[in-house]
Order: sequence, then structure tokens, then C-alpha cells
Amino acid sequence: MSHIPLMHAFILAGILFVIGFIGVIARRNTLFMLMSLEVMLNSVGIAFIAAGSAWQEADGQIMFILILTLAAAEVAVGLALLIRLHQQRLSLDIDELNEMKG
Amino acid sequence: MDNIQILAYLPFYPLISFLLLVLLGKRLSWLMATILSVGAMALSALSSAYLLQVAMLTPDTILTAHLWQWFKLGDVAVNFALHLDSLSMVMISVVSGVGFLIHAYAAAYMKDDENYSRFMAYMNLFIVAMLLLVLADNLVLLYLGWEGVGLCSFLLIGFWYQDPENAVAAKKAFIVTRVGDTFLAIGLFLLFRETGSLTIDDVTALAHSNYLVENDMAFWICLLLVGGAVGKSAQLPLQTWLPDAMAGPTPVSALIHAATMVTAGVYLIARMQGLFMLTPEVMTIVAWIGALTLLLAGLAALGQSDIKRVLAYSTMSQIGYMMLALGAGAFSAGVMHLMTHAFFKALLFLTAGSIILALHHQQNMFKMGGLLKKLPLISVLFFIGIAALIAFPGTSGFVSKEAILAELYSSATAGPVFWWIGVIGALITSIYSFRMLFITFFGEYRGNESVHPVTDKLQLIPLIILALLALVGGLITLDLTALFPTISIINNDPAWLHTIAIATPFVGIVIAYVGYFPKTGQDISDPSENISAAVGSGVNLYSFLQRGLGFDTLYTYMLVKPFVFISKLNKNDIIDQIVHGIRWNVQTWHEVFKASQNGQLRWYGAMIGVGVVLLLAIVLFSANVFNAGGGAL
Repeated sequence: MSHIPLMHAFILAGILFVIGFIGVIARRNTLFMLMSLEVMLNSVGIAFIAAGSAWQEADGQIMFILILTLAAAEVAVGLALLIRLHQQRLSLDIDELNEMKG
Repeated sequence: MDNIQILAYLPFYPLISFLLLVLLGKRLSWLMATILSVGAMALSALSSAYLLQVAMLTPDTILTAHLWQWFKLGDVAVNFALHLDSLSMVMISVVSGVGFLIHAYAAAYMKDDENYSRFMAYMNLFIVAMLLLVLADNLVLLYLGWEGVGLCSFLLIGFWYQDPENAVAAKKAFIVTRVGDTFLAIGLFLLFRETGSLTIDDVTALAHSNYLVENDMAFWICLLLVGGAVGKSAQLPLQTWLPDAMAGPTPVSALIHAATMVTAGVYLIARMQGLFMLTPEVMTIVAWIGALTLLLAGLAALGQSDIKRVLAYSTMSQIGYMMLALGAGAFSAGVMHLMTHAFFKALLFLTAGSIILALHHQQNMFKMGGLLKKLPLISVLFFIGIAALIAFPGTSGFVSKEAILAELYSSATAGPVFWWIGVIGALITSIYSFRMLFITFFGEYRGNESVHPVTDKLQLIPLIILALLALVGGLITLDLTALFPTISIINNDPAWLHTIAIATPFVGIVIAYVGYFPKTGQDISDPSENISAAVGSGVNLYSFLQRGLGFDTLYTYMLVKPFVFISKLNKNDIIDQIVHGIRWNVQTWHEVFKASQNGQLRWYGAMIGVGVVLLLAIVLFSANVFNAGGGAL
């Protein structure tokens, strides 16, 4: 198994993170924003795994499991909210929800 | 009740009446309000009459009623204490006695006014302030009364405030006297610093014993006190408020501007005479102020058409006599003239008020004329007042004015010049008095309205009592010598002095008769109207006199115009700019932060991103700098 340099993994993670971030701020559909958020979380996961394997430590994998659990919980709540929102508003456009400002 | 209790209660009757009138206001009927206010004054007048009788029996009576401690200034207690000696005895007799008569008259005069109870409440409060002023044991209490008098004069002059002119006159009186009050306050502060006490007896004693004598301080303190007296007593150069103050109802003019308030300055100097004796220079200044005022006011009185304004200038002139007497060291003569003047000037003002009422609020003398036939009783009363004013032999005014003149010639701080000014003043007095008398009471009636004869007993009785007092009031003499150490007088008066002084008023009468007596067939019209008809006739002496010798114009150009100019320059107040700056700052930041709270989730996300990038950049950059710095070491 060929050895992948740590820096390459970090660059991949960085690219994924930026793609996800751009997805969050550029998309107006809340569902796609949620999906972009998953991409960001997973890019962080890649960085942890890569670092863990490079330094031969289990901490990176533990961290990834934590992130995975967090992502699952977040998506569950997020999707539930989305369904309610769609039922109420018949729209998922985030810009139309700005009246929730305090 | 012993004497001290009577003294202690004396100023509080009108105060209680004032409070009740203010609380109950218009719910009181005319009768109730009258009984309350005039009754309270009657109690005060009776108390002071009783005390006067005690003081006359035992001349050296000094009563002190210590009521309570007002406050403490450091270690010095300022007490609410009343002090009665022969000087304050004269003053409370005048204030409460004449005040009572004026109250009774005012009850009749103001009967139909819808704010009757408010009027009587102010009058009562005025008397309270004046009584406190003259009875005060210390200068702080005196100052309380002093300011109270100023306040009440403002309220009463502007009593008919619906007319803007009256409100302006009230403000003018308040502001001009305030200039004097400020001088007085500064003088009191200095006095307290120098002597450490404000009790009048202590101050006088301390001033004599300590270094005030060698120091310039006594001079400055006395000068400041004179400043206060000049403001309240309407002397040069703060005299401009008095003629305008005639805007108030006529009983107010009688009360404030003839009998009591304007005498406050005279009282102050007489009361502080121990201090003034230390500084002959200031006494001479006082004499000069009095002398100039009595001349200028007399001349101004010659040019008036309004009967009340003639009387106002005459008041100024008579107060000038009192000041002259005080400056010459003739304290008891000055105080004597204060008392007799209160009698005859109150009489003159009140009769003028009756005339004005009878002629439907006509105040212009040139619209009167021939009133001797239409209002005989009022005319006789007015003649008595005039006789006392010009010091007709036998009247009260004669006694006091001759007493002043007699002491002027050989006084150490005055002298023959002042005597001549006094005599010329007496001449002018009799000219303007008889000018007023001839124009008002002789010739043909020139008004358009019919004349209402005065029948109200409540109006007439006080007038008759005042007329009696004006005739024989000179006989009421209190021994003031215990209070005022007489300066040793070397009596080198020439023999002709008294003859001239007594003859002067008659010369004045003759001049006035030649100049002003309305002969049959002669057209008497208001000179000020003729002036407006003939524009461009150059400087007109009459209008110059009518404007009070141009002092108002002078002050307008000297003070009012520059002040208005400066305030126009500073229209956008510089101090305000600071406040406006704070407001602008808050508002701008409010807008900025409000814009950030737009509810756009994507915008928030982007900003979080920007924030993280910036933070990272800062952290990385500073770490780099730190590392580089460390590396260099």
C-alpha cells in the first residue's frame, strides 16, 4: 500500500471544506445547505483520519466517530425541522425565513 | 402673651393666610378671601401697633425671638431669629400698618378681578417676605426676605400676565433687581469670610474690632452692599425697572413701589450703618447716588403723561433723598423720611388708583382735567398727598425732608454741594407735583368717558387714614439715637439755609402755575402726541425726559444689543455640539449594528467564515512575528 503524504490528505480535506462552505453560503435551498454542511463535516473527518494514521494514533478515529455521531444527530434534527418548514411554508428558501431575526 | 411671643407670631399671620388662599384658591368667595387676607394683615398691624406702643414707653427695648436653628455653616449656626429694635420697629409699623391699609383698599379695588384670591395671596406673601427682611436677626434671613420680595414683585407686576407688556415689565423688574441681588450676595459672602459671622450685631461689632478697619475689605463689602441696595431701591444706575413696574395693578404699585419694597435698600444701609461708618468713601458714593437719582428722576417726572409714571419717578426721587441722607450720615432723618414717604406715597398711589378706576382705566393725565369738581373728596386727599410730597410746612413730608436738608450742609461725608442738590431737587419736586395737579384737577374735563364717582367705603376709609398719617405722621417719632451714633456736628450752617429750604417749594408752585396751569381757552394736549405729529424736529427735550433721560436706550445699546448679537453668533450652541456629537455617535453605531442583524442566515455564515479567516490570519501572523523575533535572539 503506497504511502499517501499527510499534506495531500490535508489539501483534499481543505478543498472539500471550502467546497462545503461555499455550498452553505451560496445555496438558497436549505436542504442543499444541510448537505453542504455534511461535506464540511466529512472533510474535517478526513483530516482527522489522515492525521491519526500518519502519527499512528487512535485519537483521530475516535474523533471521527464523534463527528459522525454529531452529524447523524444534527441531520436528524435538521431534517425534521426541514419537513416542518416545508409543511408550513411550502418553500425551503432560506432568504425567505429572515423574519426570525430578533 | 408676652412681647416676644407677639413678635414671633407677627410675620406668620400673613403666611398662614397666603397658604390658605393658595390651597383653597377660587373656592373662596370674595368675602371669605378678604376676611382671610385683610384679617391676617390686621392681626399683624395690631401686633406691631402694640409693640410700637411698648417701644415708645420704654425707648431702649430690644426684643429677640429665637424661633429655630435654620442650618449650620461650618460651626456657625444660622438661626431663624427675629430681632426687634427701634429701626425694625419703624419698618414693621410701616410695612404692616401701611400694608394693612393697602390690603383693605386692594380688596375693594380688585373686587371684580377673577383671580382675586391669587392677588391677595401674592400680596400676603409679599408682606411676609418684607417682614422677614426687616426683622431678620442675621443677614441670611434678611437675604431670604430680600429674594422673597423680589419674587413677589415679579408675580405682582406681571399679575395681568395676559398682556405681554406686563409680562415684559415683570421680567425687567426681576432681572434688573437681580443684578443688585448678585452684588449683595457677593458682599455677604465676603462679609462672612472676613468676620466669620452673619448675625447683624456680631458683624458690626467684629467689623469694628478686627482688621477690617485697616483693610480695604470694608470698602469693597460696603460697595457691594450698596450695589444690592441700589438695585432694590431703584437708584442710579439700576433704576430703569421702576417706571415700567407700574404695569401691575395700582395697589401693587402703592405697596411695592412706594411704601415697602423700594425701601429695602434704604433699610439695608441703615441696618448696616456700623459697617458703613468705617468707610466714609462709600458713604460719599451713596450720597452721590442719591443726589444724582433725585435730580434725574425729578427731571424725568416732568416729562411724563401717565399719572402713575409721574408717581413712579417721584418715588425714585424721594428714595434718592433717603440715600442722600444715609450717605450724609443722617440715618435717623433718612429712616424718618422713609416712614413719612410710605404714608404720603401710598396715599398718592391709591388716590391715583381711584381716579383711574373712576375714569375707566384712563391713566393719561392729558385725558383728565377738571377732576376737582367731579371727584372732590379724592381731589382733596390727593392734594394732601401732594402737600406732603413737596414738604409743605406742617405736613409729615416737611418734618422729614427738612430734617434731611438740615443735616446735609455740614455733614462730613456730604456738604454744601449736596445741600444745593437737595434744594434744587425740592424745587423740581414741587414743579412736577403741581404740573400733575394742575393738569389733572383743573381746567376742563378732556376725557371721553363719563366719570364714576367713588363711593365704596372700603376704598375711601384707608385713603382717609393715610391722608391723616400723611398730615400728622411726622409726629410719630421713635428715638433712633441709641441705634445711630450721631456724628459730632459742628453746626456752622448759615442762617439763610432754612429760609431757602422752606421757601423752595413755593417757588416751584409759582413756576408750575406759570408753565402748566390750564387757562381758559387754552388747548391742553399730550405733548408726546404732538411730538409724533412733528417728526424731524430734532432732539426733543420732552420726549427725552419722557423716556427717563434715555437710560433705557443706553442700556439697550450697551447691554441688550451686544447680548443679542453674541447669542445670535452662538445660535448653534457650542456646548450643545458635544451632546449632539454623542447622539450622532450612538445613532450611527446603531445603524451599523442594525444592518448586521438582517436575519439572512447565509450572510451570517459568510461572516463567520470571514471572521475565522481573519482570526487565523492574526494568530498565524503574530505567531510568525513572535517566531521571527525569537529567532533573531
